[in-house]
Amino acid sequence: MAEPDKTAELRNPYLALLGGKLRSMASYRTSFAVELLTNAGGTVIDVATVFVLFQAAARIGEFTLAEALMMTGLTSAGFVLADMTVGNIDDLKRYVRTGTLDAVLVRPLGVLPQLVCMDLPVRKLLRLIVGIGVLVVAVGMNDIDWTPARVLLLVISPLTAAVFFGAIFVISASLAFWWVESGEVGSAFTYGGRDFASYPITVYGGWFRAVFAYTLGFAFVAYQPALAILDRPDPLGLPAWAGYMSPLVAPAAATVAWLVWRAGVRHYRSTGS
Amino acid sequence: MIEMQDLRKDFTVRVKAGRLRREKRTVSAVDGVSLAIEQGEMVGYIGPNGAGKSTTLKMLTGVLSPSSGDVRVCGLEPVRQRTRLALQIGVVFGQRSQLWWDLPLGESFRLLRHVYRVPRDDHERRLVRCRELLGLDEFLHTPVRQLSLGQRMRGELTAALLHGPRVLFLDEPTIGLDVVSKQAVRSFLAELGRGGDVTLVLTTHDLADIERLCRRLVVIDHGRVVHDGTIDELHARYGSRRRLVVDLDTPLPAGFTLPGATLTGTEADGHRVTFTLDGIAAGAAVAGLVGAAAVRDLSVVEPDIEDVVAKLYTAPR
Amino acid sequence: MSGTDARVLTISPGTRSRTSITTFCALLWSGFRRYATYRQATAAGAFTNIVFGFLRCYVLLAVAAGAPGGRPGGYDPEQLATYVWVGQGLLVVVGIWGWTDLSDRIRSGDVAADLLRPVPPVTAYLAADLGRGLYGMLTRFVPPVVAGLLFFPFKTPDRWQTIPLFAVSVALAVIGSFGCRYLINATAYWLHDARGPLVFWTLASGVLAGLYFPLRLLPDWLAVTLWVGTPLPGLLQTPLDVLVERDGPAIQVGLVALQAVWAVVMVKAAAVVQKRAERKLVVQGG
Repeated sequence: MAEPDKTAELRNPYLALLGGKLRSMASYRTSFAVELLTNAGGTVIDVATVFVLFQAAARIGEFTLAEALMMTGLTSAGFVLADMTVGNIDDLKRYVRTGTLDAVLVRPLGVLPQLVCMDLPVRKLLRLIVGIGVLVVAVGMNDIDWTPARVLLLVISPLTAAVFFGAIFVISASLAFWWVESGEVGSAFTYGGRDFASYPITVYGGWFRAVFAYTLGFAFVAYQPALAILDRPDPLGLPAWAGYMSPLVAPAAATVAWLVWRAGVRHYRSTGS
Repeated sequence: MIEMQDLRKDFTVRVKAGRLRREKRTVSAVDGVSLAIEQGEMVGYIGPNGAGKSTTLKMLTGVLSPSSGDVRVCGLEPVRQRTRLALQIGVVFGQRSQLWWDLPLGESFRLLRHVYRVPRDDHERRLVRCRELLGLDEFLHTPVRQLSLGQRMRGELTAALLHGPRVLFLDEPTIGLDVVSKQAVRSFLAELGRGGDVTLVLTTHDLADIERLCRRLVVIDHGRVVHDGTIDELHARYGSRRRLVVDLDTPLPAGFTLPGATLTGTEADGHRVTFTLDGIAAGAAVAGLVGAAAVRDLSVVEPDIEDVVAKLYTAPR
Repeated sequence: MSGTDARVLTISPGTRSRTSITTFCALLWSGFRRYATYRQATAAGAFTNIVFGFLRCYVLLAVAAGAPGGRPGGYDPEQLATYVWVGQGLLVVVGIWGWTDLSDRIRSGDVAADLLRPVPPVTAYLAADLGRGLYGMLTRFVPPVVAGLLFFPFKTPDRWQTIPLFAVSVALAVIGSFGCRYLINATAYWLHDARGPLVFWTLASGVLAGLYFPLRLLPDWLAVTLWVGTPLPGLLQTPLDVLVERDGPAIQVGLVALQAVWAVVMVKAAAVVQKRAERKLVVQGG
C-alpha cells in the first residue's frame, strides 16, 4: 500500500456486501417479518414432530424422548448456524443459470465468500434461538454426569455440526457446476441430512444407515456426541471415544467441500454456463 | 495491454444422434485467435451470434479458462491472477448486473467503493464525471429494479469505471437501448476514449457503435479472426465502394457508360440512376455525367458497413 | 421451476361463461406438455423424494416397533410403509408446494392478459393444473412407489373398491390443493407480493396434510378438527388412508365425500376471490 492512510477508512469488502444485503431487505419489511416467523415455525414443527412421535411410542430406536431431543437439539442448532452462514449457496444453480456467477468472477474478491455474502439470512435468526432452546431443554431433561470433557463436547458439538452442515451445503450446491438442472437433489443431503441426524440413527436400517451415518458422516453430527454426553453405550457398537472424536469429522468434511468447490469453479471455467 | 497468442476454447456438446443416443462432439468456440491491443486503443469486436465474441471476452476477464494458448491482460494471467486483474479492468456484461437490484443506484456505487477499495477522493472525482456525462442525477436515488434498461446501462458503465480500470470490456453495451440512452452511452465512451488512458474492447451488433467509436475493427467468425484493421481497410478489402446517386431531368441515353464507374441501379423510369465508383474520384464522375445528361441533383453515398459485414458473414468459407 | 412459461393456451373467442369440454381438454394438455419439458428436474426431484421416503419410513417403522401393540395411530407397519412411500409419490402430483404461476403473473402484470381470454382464469388454471397433476402421476408418482416396494413390504388393498376410490380421492386432492394454492397466490392481488403467505402455506400444508406423520397420531379432537375444519387433510392424508384401508368402507366413502365438499368449497372460493380481484383491477387499474 503506497498510501495506507487513504484506504484506512474503507470497510471490509465482505462486510460492505453484507451491509448492502441488509439494506436491500429493509425494502421488503412485511415479507421479512412473515419470513422471520415462518422460518422459526419450520424448526418448531420439526421439533413438534419429534414430540408427536414419542407420544405414540415411549421409546423409538431404543431411545427415550429426552435422549432423542439431545440429538434433535444438537442437529438443529448446528444446521441453523450453517444455514444462516452458508445456506445461501443453495442458490448457485440460479447464479450459474442467470450468469450472476460471471459478474461475481470479475470482482476482486473470493468467489465463495462473495456468494455467501449475497444474502444475510437474518430471517433465520429466530430459528437459531429455537434450535438452541431445544438443546437447552434437552440438557435439562437428561440427568447428565458432567465432566469437563462432556461440557466441552456439548459446547463444541453444535459448532462442529455447523461446520459439517456448511460443508454439506457447499458440496451439494457445487453439484450445479456439473449439472445446472440438478434441482432438488442437493436438498436430499442438506435437509435430508438434517432430518437423518435429528433422530437416533438406530431407527434406520441396513445400507441406508451405512451410507448416511458412516459414509457421509451424519452419525458424528449429533448421535455419537449425544451418546458420549449422556454416557450411553452405542447400541450399534461404536466405542464411547467415537463421540469425543466426532468433532474431527467437521474439518475433514470442510476439506472435502473446499476441494469439491475448487474443482467445481475450475469446471465452470472450462465449460461456462 | 492485451495479448492473445493462438487462443483457443473448445466446448464439448452433446448432440442428439438417434432417438436416445447422444454423441459428444467438440466445438471450437474460439479457434486460434492472436491479437495484440495497445494501451488507449478502442477496438470493436464483432461477429455473428455464436462466433466466439463473448467466449473471448470471458477468457480475457478471467471467467473462462482457455483450452490452449496464452492470454495476458495488463500483464496478468486472467484466470490465475483473477482478483488482481479485477482491480485493473472494468466489465459490463449486458444482462449480468454489477448493481444491487433493490438498492438505489448511488448506494451500489458506495458499496463498490468498498469492494474495490477505492480512496474516497478518487471515487468522488470519477463519480462526479460520470454523473455529468451520463446524466445520472435524475435517477441516482431510484432502486435499480425500477430503472429503465437505458438508465441501468448508464449505471453499469459507471459501476465498471469507479475503480479507475485501465481496460474496459463491454459486451453489447447498447443492445436494446432507446435512442437517447444509446447516444448518451456512445458519446460517453467516445469521450472516455479521447483521454487515451483507458483501453476499450467492445462487442456489438450495432455497427453504428463501431463507426462512432472504434478505429480498429476485429471481425470474428467461427472462432477465427477474419478481419483486423480499420473500417476503411475493411471496405477496401471487401470491395465496398462509394456510390453516386443522380437525379436526371431526362433519362440517360442508351448505352451510356461512365469510365471507372458501373451503373448499378435505375429507378423512376430512368430519372434516378446509381453508379458504383470503382477507383474514380466522385468529382471526375460528376464531370463525366454533366456532359452527357441534364443533372438535377446528386449525392455521394458512403459505403455501408452493415452491407460489408453481412457480405462477410454470408460469404462461402 | 421459476421463470417458466406460465401461459395457457389462447382459445378462439366463444361464450365467456361456458367452457367447452374440448377447450378444457386442450388447456389440460397444455399443462401436461409444459411440465413434460422439465425432464431433468423431474429426475432430480424423484431422487429427493426417494431419500425422504427412506427417512420418513424408517422413523415411522421405529415408532411402530416402540408403540404398544405395534400399531401407532391404528396403522400396522405395512400400512405405514405404504402411507409414506405413496405419500412421497403423491407429493408432487397434488403439488402442494412450488406453484407461484399466478402470483408471478400478478406481480409482473401479465395477469391482465389472462382476463382477456374467453375462459375464466380459475377454469383455465385448473385445467392446466390437472394436466400438471396427470404428468406428475405418470412420472413423479412411480419412482418413490417402486423404490418403496423394493425395500419395504407394502399393504395390498383387500377391497376392490379401494382402487377406484383412491383414484377419485387423488383427483379431489389435486383439485382441493389447486383451490388452496390459487387463494394463496391470489393474495398477491392485494399484497403485491405473495411471498409471505406462500412461505406460511408451505409450512402449514406439509405438516397438516399428513406428510411428516399421519394425522391420526395427533389427539383425536385435534385430528377431527383438522379434518372437518380445514381442507388440508384432504390434500394427502385422505387418499393415503383410503389406499391403506385405515378405516371401514363406509367411513372411507365418508372421508372422500368430505374431501369433495372441501375441494368444491376451495375452487368456488377461488372463483369468488378472482371476481373480486378483477373488479378491483378494472376499477383501480391494477
